[in-house]
Amino acid sequence: MVKAQVLVAGRGKAGGIKLADTPDDAEKAASAILGSKIKGEKVTTLLVEKKLAIARELYVGLVVDRSAKCYTLLASQVGGVDIEEVAQKTPEKIIKRPLEPGRAFEGFQARELAQSLGYKGTQVVELSAFITELCSMATEYDSELTESNPMVETEAGEFVAADLRMIVDDNSLFRHKPLLEETRDVEHELSPLEVKAREKGLAYVELDGDVGIVGNGAGLVMATLDMIQDYGGRPANFCDVGGGASAQRIADALEVVLGNPKVKALFLNIMGGITRCDEVSKGLLEVREKMGLTKPTVIRLVGTNEEEGRKILQDAGIPSLETMEDAAARAVELAKGAK
Amino acid sequence: MAILVGSGTKAIVQNITGSQGTFHTKLMLGYGTKIVGGVTPGKGGRQVEGVPVFDTVNEAVSKTGANASIIFVPAPFARDATLEAVSHGLNPIVVITEGIPVRDSMDLMARAKEKGCVIVGPNTPGIITPGECKLGIMPSHLFKRGEVGLASRSGTLTYEIAASLSRASLGQSTCLGLGGDPIVGLSFVDILEMFRKDPETKSVALVGEIGGNAEELAAQYIKETKYPKPVAAYVAGRTAPPGKRMGHAGAIIMGKTGTAESKLEALKAAGVKVALKPGEIATLLSKK
Repeated sequence: MVKAQVLVAGRGKAGGIKLADTPDDAEKAASAILGSKIKGEKVTTLLVEKKLAIARELYVGLVVDRSAKCYTLLASQVGGVDIEEVAQKTPEKIIKRPLEPGRAFEGFQARELAQSLGYKGTQVVELSAFITELCSMATEYDSELTESNPMVETEAGEFVAADLRMIVDDNSLFRHKPLLEETRDVEHELSPLEVKAREKGLAYVELDGDVGIVGNGAGLVMATLDMIQDYGGRPANFCDVGGGASAQRIADALEVVLGNPKVKALFLNIMGGITRCDEVSKGLLEVREKMGLTKPTVIRLVGTNEEEGRKILQDAGIPSLETMEDAAARAVELAKGAK
Repeated sequence: MAILVGSGTKAIVQNITGSQGTFHTKLMLGYGTKIVGGVTPGKGGRQVEGVPVFDTVNEAVSKTGANASIIFVPAPFARDATLEAVSHGLNPIVVITEGIPVRDSMDLMARAKEKGCVIVGPNTPGIITPGECKLGIMPSHLFKRGEVGLASRSGTLTYEIAASLSRASLGQSTCLGLGGDPIVGLSFVDILEMFRKDPETKSVALVGEIGGNAEELAAQYIKETKYPKPVAAYVAGRTAPPGKRMGHAGAIIMGKTGTAESKLEALKAAGVKVALKPGEIATLLSKK
């Protein structure tokens, strides 16, 4: 088997896994996959392994259960397929075991689980060893999701993880420095602007519309995107400067958003809490001086120090609006070419 | 009355000597919140804004009689600091810190539950009972005392909606941010339960966003309990693409879970008045 090593799920269906019976076939498969793109991810690494004689495909995964506030182990005799679909259509085929926070998933719990999956004797012992290992690895690396899909039972009755995927919690990276070093070069999924935004510490997601958006607070920015769409426009990005942004941070954000050539109009939406409107205005002027406000711009500025903020803009000849609705509607008009 | 915080709240500020801790201690004191002490290990004996600083929560509690805490401790140390507050039974504990690892938060919530402590957050702007007590970082002038209970997963949207409620002469009993992380102390269901029991709260506003299923669970609860007070809701992120984190660690659609559509449908089906713009919450709640 020749398998693409990429940071997306569902590589098999996307042509990232090929079967080869001879070394020649393997070479052909490898050259077909290497350098190709799987769901937008360029393939630079392959895993070549022995083809398994599969008796059964299982699913084993450890997920973060948000409402139970703990890790939950999911296991199913129906593996190798979309596990969410299984969960939706036949929830009875998924066994769930919540893990007590701060405690390991013990050997006996894993043996009981293996038994529930229909195994006996030595297979109980072998499968349970794999399960406890998966759980301890997942918690050790602060994973949000660790899953083996499929976990294969071979015709000889052995268990092999034919696939293993782990998503590590970004917030835990401060205690996983070695891991961070190893994976430094594999941020393929990010666009150049997303990389730049990450360096500046901005929350930025590129979308495919033409109204550039900058705001303070994740919820407010999401609400802004929704409103732009409701008014018939298409947001070009999500960009959150967070709380208490300085003029510099505002300038950084505007620079990133205006760096996207698709942007036809810019909407700066500020509801000042700990963010001060005068700082925002200063940041905007800084950008205008440095690179010019090349795109038609709408500013909605309310909250802490709004009078000062508005005055700075007024003196510079830049109008600002008070309601999010008015500003969103105007931004959509501007993106469509209105004067 | 309101919920969780009020005139009886006597709070300590953990990491009071940090820049955020000091800045917001001043603002909270200015609002009239009883900040009785601060804690920064190694800096005991000082004063910040006239508030005594202690090395441990234990010392702060025994010398000041504090019953609540607000935490500004950086993420790598927030677990330790929060457990310290939990071990002394402080209630509520407001965790402002953003970026706490999920595994730490799961531990914290389990320990807080054992001790019967309420944790607001992490990654929250805090909680305010207007005119009585502010344990948070929100701009207080936007809030007015009244009869709407407001719970939100977002900071600035809380301000946005509180401001529009206040403009429409709809004051608030208590407003709080649940926190933008995947694991937080309070769910919408917990809050709905508290607002149901609070005689001052006559209606409830919920502000949700993509990610998880807290809104769906709230809808189910409202339906099953035939919730006695009017509820209006707004959910942000209808345009968010799946698999991308939208600013908050918890705001992510994973596979088919966590979409705004699913949340809005569930809320509508439960009889909740659904706003498509943040400003509409005030309109929906002023119509009886």
